Amino acid sequence: MSTHVFKPDMPPPVKAVGVLAWMRNNLFSSWLNTLLTLFAVYLVWLIVPPLLQWAFINANWVGTTQADCTKHGACWVFIQQRFGQFMYGYYPSELRWRVDLTVWLAVIGAAPLFIARVPHKVVYGLAFLVMYPVLAYTLLHGGYLGLVAVATSQWGGLMLTLVIATVGIVGALPLGILLALGRRSRMPAVRVVCVTFIEFWRGVPLITVLFMSSVMLPLFLPEGMSFDKLLRAMIGVILFQSAYIAEVVRGGLQAIPKGQYEAAAAMGLGYWRAMGLVILPQALKLVIPGIVNTFIALFKDTSLVIIIGLFDLLNSVKQAAADPKWLGMATEGYVFAALVFWIFCFGMSRYSMHLERKLDTGHKR
Amino acid sequence: MQNKIGAPKGFSLSDPRVRAWLFQIITVVAVLGLGWYLFHNTQTNLQHRGITSGFDFLERSAGFGIAQHLIPYTESDSYSRVFVIGLLNTLLVTFIGIILATVLGFIVGVARLSPNWMISKLATVYVETFRNIPPLLQILFWYFAVFLTLPGPRGSINFGDTFFISNRGLNMPGASVAEGFWPFVGSLVVAVIAIVLMVRVANKRFEETGEPFHKFWVGLALFLAIPGLCALLIGSPLHWEVPQLKGFNFVGGWVLIPELLALTLALTIYTAAFIAEIVRSGIRSVSHGQTEAARSLGLREGPTLRKVIIPQALRVIIPPLTSQYLNLAKNSSLAAGIGYPEMVSLFAGTVLNQTGQAIEVIAITMSVYLAISISISLLMNWYNKRIALIER
Repeated sequence: MSTHVFKPDMPPPVKAVGVLAWMRNNLFSSWLNTLLTLFAVYLVWLIVPPLLQWAFINANWVGTTQADCTKHGACWVFIQQRFGQFMYGYYPSELRWRVDLTVWLAVIGAAPLFIARVPHKVVYGLAFLVMYPVLAYTLLHGGYLGLVAVATSQWGGLMLTLVIATVGIVGALPLGILLALGRRSRMPAVRVVCVTFIEFWRGVPLITVLFMSSVMLPLFLPEGMSFDKLLRAMIGVILFQSAYIAEVVRGGLQAIPKGQYEAAAAMGLGYWRAMGLVILPQALKLVIPGIVNTFIALFKDTSLVIIIGLFDLLNSVKQAAADPKWLGMATEGYVFAALVFWIFCFGMSRYSMHLERKLDTGHKR
Repeated sequence: MQNKIGAPKGFSLSDPRVRAWLFQIITVVAVLGLGWYLFHNTQTNLQHRGITSGFDFLERSAGFGIAQHLIPYTESDSYSRVFVIGLLNTLLVTFIGIILATVLGFIVGVARLSPNWMISKLATVYVETFRNIPPLLQILFWYFAVFLTLPGPRGSINFGDTFFISNRGLNMPGASVAEGFWPFVGSLVVAVIAIVLMVRVANKRFEETGEPFHKFWVGLALFLAIPGLCALLIGSPLHWEVPQLKGFNFVGGWVLIPELLALTLALTIYTAAFIAEIVRSGIRSVSHGQTEAARSLGLREGPTLRKVIIPQALRVIIPPLTSQYLNLAKNSSLAAGIGYPEMVSLFAGTVLNQTGQAIEVIAITMSVYLAISISISLLMNWYNKRIALIER
């Protein structure tokens, strides 16, 4: 008895596999497609080589003054020389370790929240949320514990951008949640107040809000009481942002099936306990990606404080580019600022996509 | 404190209705109280600073020049005219921006879904690059790093001796009304009426006999032929004046100032990235079964797209598209960063500084944006309702 032995498989035809086949299918499947491919290649050829030439090949990397930029590409010396100003603004250079320490504390303190196996995350997270701002304020502003005080007018650069964005989102979250609950309330007076508040802030641009907080807020306060510029901007940002957060949270509240509300009521829970123990934990989990997206929008919007004369990253760059010692450096400066903003925003948007996948506990059919 | 279950009598805090009333009264009193407190503070502060409130300042003469005004303006004109100029400039940027961003956004959105690898990757890079950079930064970049570094009028970039781009902006031929203008407008009206009639007749015939009619091509022919004939017979409707380089600047024609160019370009590029994503998700939301069903009914590729895919995709696209239009209108206020004379930089900036009427000026500015927001969303809601799915 002999067993049948199969012949070895023939290799697939050359036209069906490999680079050639992929190109045939994806780039040259029809005459229109071929034309589009050629057009795209032309576009890339038009943009990429000059960009590389400018940014890397002909760029100047070493030196201390504009005179050192002899090649006709980008002059990155400018960025190197002004890097401190772009990151910290006019924060005294011998005290900049305090800013670094604040950032490191945030990174180390928040790290356990991102590790899946750490227990008691909610308690830890709340404690962190309460403790950290106090610590950060003490470190950044000083004036206590033997730390030299640094006025907020000296804060600037990327640090100021991060401070405004973080305070904005942390301050806006509780207010936004309350507004969202109010908007879905069955009490007409509460609902009308919340809807008016939300729609008002959503209907006006942030610039006018900042203008208002800088010129009108002093008029609203009792005589003799005054806030510094940064705090005024922050109040404006928080009020503005809370309206957007409220709309995101409302989306989550609406997505919770009615059965959950009824079940909570059937258990004998009152309004606040039903919301706090049953509805909000589910709703907030649903809207985390939405909140991250709002944060990205806020992060980009912080650049508007330029209008009321705060020196965030963008304004520091604008200021430095107007320096007579570094004339004609606008392009390098703005490209650098754009890169920093891009890294933050792109990173956060990827993180929000990752969260969306991770938090999706399979309600989708 | 005991109540019979189901029939609480009198005043009791455990009655939900009583609590609801109490809660609402507290809210209203708190809001009114806060309002009164702020109003009172403002009154006292204004008195102490010697500022008279009121809108009388609008009639005073402004006394400063404006780089771009769509209506005639001299320095002796009043602040109310300055307000109108700022409003028109805001609307101009919003209008141009919405049109350009929609066109670019649809192209990029469709390109992202293209089976062509190169095209879809290019579109992805575009979207991911521009939506992650703050719009104000993009505006400053185009203004300070691009338009202001262009050569002056003498070394301007020349497009066929009719369009010139320099650091003074874009100089282009300007049109003025010629003798054939009003007959031309009349012929346009006639053409539109003819097209409407043609479409009605064609639709009626199609419903009765099933015979199709080339509505689009006949319509296009009517639209081109009637006004064209009119222009040939009576004379050109517009005079075109080409800009000429005289001395150090251009004379004649229209000029788009660099602030306007930078602002429109940046807002278009930024908003188009978001519109592209909306268009992409809208088209993706139409299930493939719809395409297959259309094919099995014998529709070709064009009609499948026009009559099956796009109407369903639009339903998903319209609501988020509306909020992008609103964002663009609000983002036009970023012009304050480069000094394009629109509502915020002209009115809330210059006028506020000159008059010191902070409350009135900010209130007017905010109401303008609220009005723009409300009208755009009403318009789009109306359109949305018209195309929404009518369920059984």
